[in-house]
Amino acid sequence: MAEPFGIFTSKVVPIDAENVDTDQIVPARYLKVTDKAGLADALFRDWRFGEDGSLKDPPFILDQPGMAGRQILLAGDNFGAGSSREHAPWALTSWGVRAILSTGFADIFRGNSLKNGLLPIVVAPSVHQRLRELIERDPDAQLTVDLAEEGILLPDGSTIDFEIDPFSKRMLLAGTDELGYLLSKEPEIAAWESGHAPRIETRVEAGA
Amino acid sequence: MTAPTPNKMPTPRTIVDKIWAEHVVADDPGAPSVLAIDLHLIHEVTSPQAFTGLRERSLTVRRPGQTVATADHSIPTTPRNLPMLDLQAAAQINQLEQNCADFGIPLHGIGSPSQGIVHVIGPQLGLTQPGMTIVCGDSHTSTHGAFGALAFGIGTSEVEMVLATQTLLQRRPRTYEVRVDGRLAPGVSAKDIILALLARIGIGGGTGHVFEYRGGAIRALTMEQRMTVCNMSIEGGARAGLIAPDDTTFEYIEGRAHAPAGAEWDEAVERWRRLPTDEGATYDRSTTIDADGLEPMITYGTNPGMGIPITASVPSPADVQDPAARRALEHALAYMDLRPGQPILGQKVDVVFVGSCTNGRISDLRLAAAALKDRRVADGVRLMVTPGSDEVKREAEREGLADVFKAAGADWRESGCSMCIAMNGDQLSPGQYSVSTSNRNFEGRQGKGGRTFLASPLTAAASAISGVVTDPRTLPGIESMAAVGGR
Repeated sequence: MAEPFGIFTSKVVPIDAENVDTDQIVPARYLKVTDKAGLADALFRDWRFGEDGSLKDPPFILDQPGMAGRQILLAGDNFGAGSSREHAPWALTSWGVRAILSTGFADIFRGNSLKNGLLPIVVAPSVHQRLRELIERDPDAQLTVDLAEEGILLPDGSTIDFEIDPFSKRMLLAGTDELGYLLSKEPEIAAWESGHAPRIETRVEAGA
Repeated sequence: MTAPTPNKMPTPRTIVDKIWAEHVVADDPGAPSVLAIDLHLIHEVTSPQAFTGLRERSLTVRRPGQTVATADHSIPTTPRNLPMLDLQAAAQINQLEQNCADFGIPLHGIGSPSQGIVHVIGPQLGLTQPGMTIVCGDSHTSTHGAFGALAFGIGTSEVEMVLATQTLLQRRPRTYEVRVDGRLAPGVSAKDIILALLARIGIGGGTGHVFEYRGGAIRALTMEQRMTVCNMSIEGGARAGLIAPDDTTFEYIEGRAHAPAGAEWDEAVERWRRLPTDEGATYDRSTTIDADGLEPMITYGTNPGMGIPITASVPSPADVQDPAARRALEHALAYMDLRPGQPILGQKVDVVFVGSCTNGRISDLRLAAAALKDRRVADGVRLMVTPGSDEVKREAEREGLADVFKAAGADWRESGCSMCIAMNGDQLSPGQYSVSTSNRNFEGRQGKGGRTFLASPLTAAASAISGVVTDPRTLPGIESMAAVGGR
């Protein structure tokens, strides 16, 4: 279960690519784990490390000086496309990322992120452009992400509003998860089941 | 026709509307809907942490009889009597076996005659049925939409939720009509339909939507071909894609191990016949593809939306106006080591992969075998054929397809996800080119540094024979091959 999602301030890591798929975020060979720990090393593995396992030269943005510890990604459109692997948000949060700004996210990745205390923030293309220009001018610019107020505070004191559905917001702010909510629906689930016989029984031996 | 009675006509509904309405358990204001799940498929890679979560909260699996497991993603495709050399993968398989035993979930695991890729065995066992909600911790769960089910991939947290409650929190998706009219020419297949759609709308074009594939060219497809189309819905950003059930669907299901029988069968078919979208129902978006004009498609880049007709040339970044799209194309061509404007035909190939949940079914293998019969794989090319399930493997051996592959010089494997996801040692070497019948050409998807051209089984087989990307319409006897697939 995630910690309550509080207000925070961080510098930004720009990921200058669109349609970044989850195979890039965590290559499939790192999916053989049975827990969620240690995936930070797998994050963007093949964009960061060469054939011999050493950092690429020049290094990928995550490994450039001053990037460690940053909690905000500024990513291109349709971030998190492809595979449903929740290892992607696990790896991102394990590295320290808490919010991603983009003009759009792939559906499954977006849902997985919200369940792991990772906030996907959708901004308009013009706002994205403005943020890119800001980071280009001042790579160490700090942004403050305020989920409760649905706003991002910029260094010049201006704010960018964003929208998030109220349910996800409530869950993130409280640090609770959806499973707790679903478990509280036990009476409704039981009532639905009493009116809908299961369509199948997988435990019957094939051919029986 | 009689005139409609004023105010008595029910609002026309799409198939998605109908399935959704039947499965809503609760609908609190300010919260997503609680949606009941009819069938939950699990596999070794995306389930271990979900079971850990159940144990931490002392929860049980609410409906083990609506849950089914297999091992597919990380298993070797070498002979089953060999030990698993990858100890981490072996541990993951062991954990799946333990979890299934502890929680009473039936497992079609390694060594079981019903083992196979999760999206191949669901339909094969008759578990996949029209009108169902079906989920799996795998984005290609959209495959099951071929039966008129609402089927979509979920993350591991959601796997845990479904295990514990047999429900999920979901927002109602928007609908996207994909109408495919006309007739496919010989050598053009279901894979080419979906690659053409993806080339048109891009890999984010369907985000937030469910595709409903309609039209004469879709109706004419067999169930296995429909599965190929629905399988890659997620590559267009749509979590689900479906096709309303019809007699083709019912014929496929009837008699399978988990299909309803007797009076229950008749009752089920009657219910299923009410599922198709009503006349006059509207979609949030719509697009039309002319099947007559389709050519075999192939990808040239690093996402499944980067596809072209096989006779076309690789696009040039200079022709792309949008700066981000231009950079993406430049990056993709650099990774693929292709020149702008070069023909894709004739591009050299190192490996050809026939298999996966997209094109690893018996009809796919029949097509590849028809092309390879009495021919040889080109020198220096490795053709790997991986059946989608153990049953597909047995059937291919029974029909003599395996002998055709072996005589052609192909590597005939055990079933599994294999080189589609390259978790199990089946992979490209850096810089190698493959023509692959799988679903993703992302960087490194088939092995670090590997370069993938996605295409149909016929294109793959034709390319294996010549050693370069080849138009399957040049195969001798191509006119008769369209009928080879069967149901």
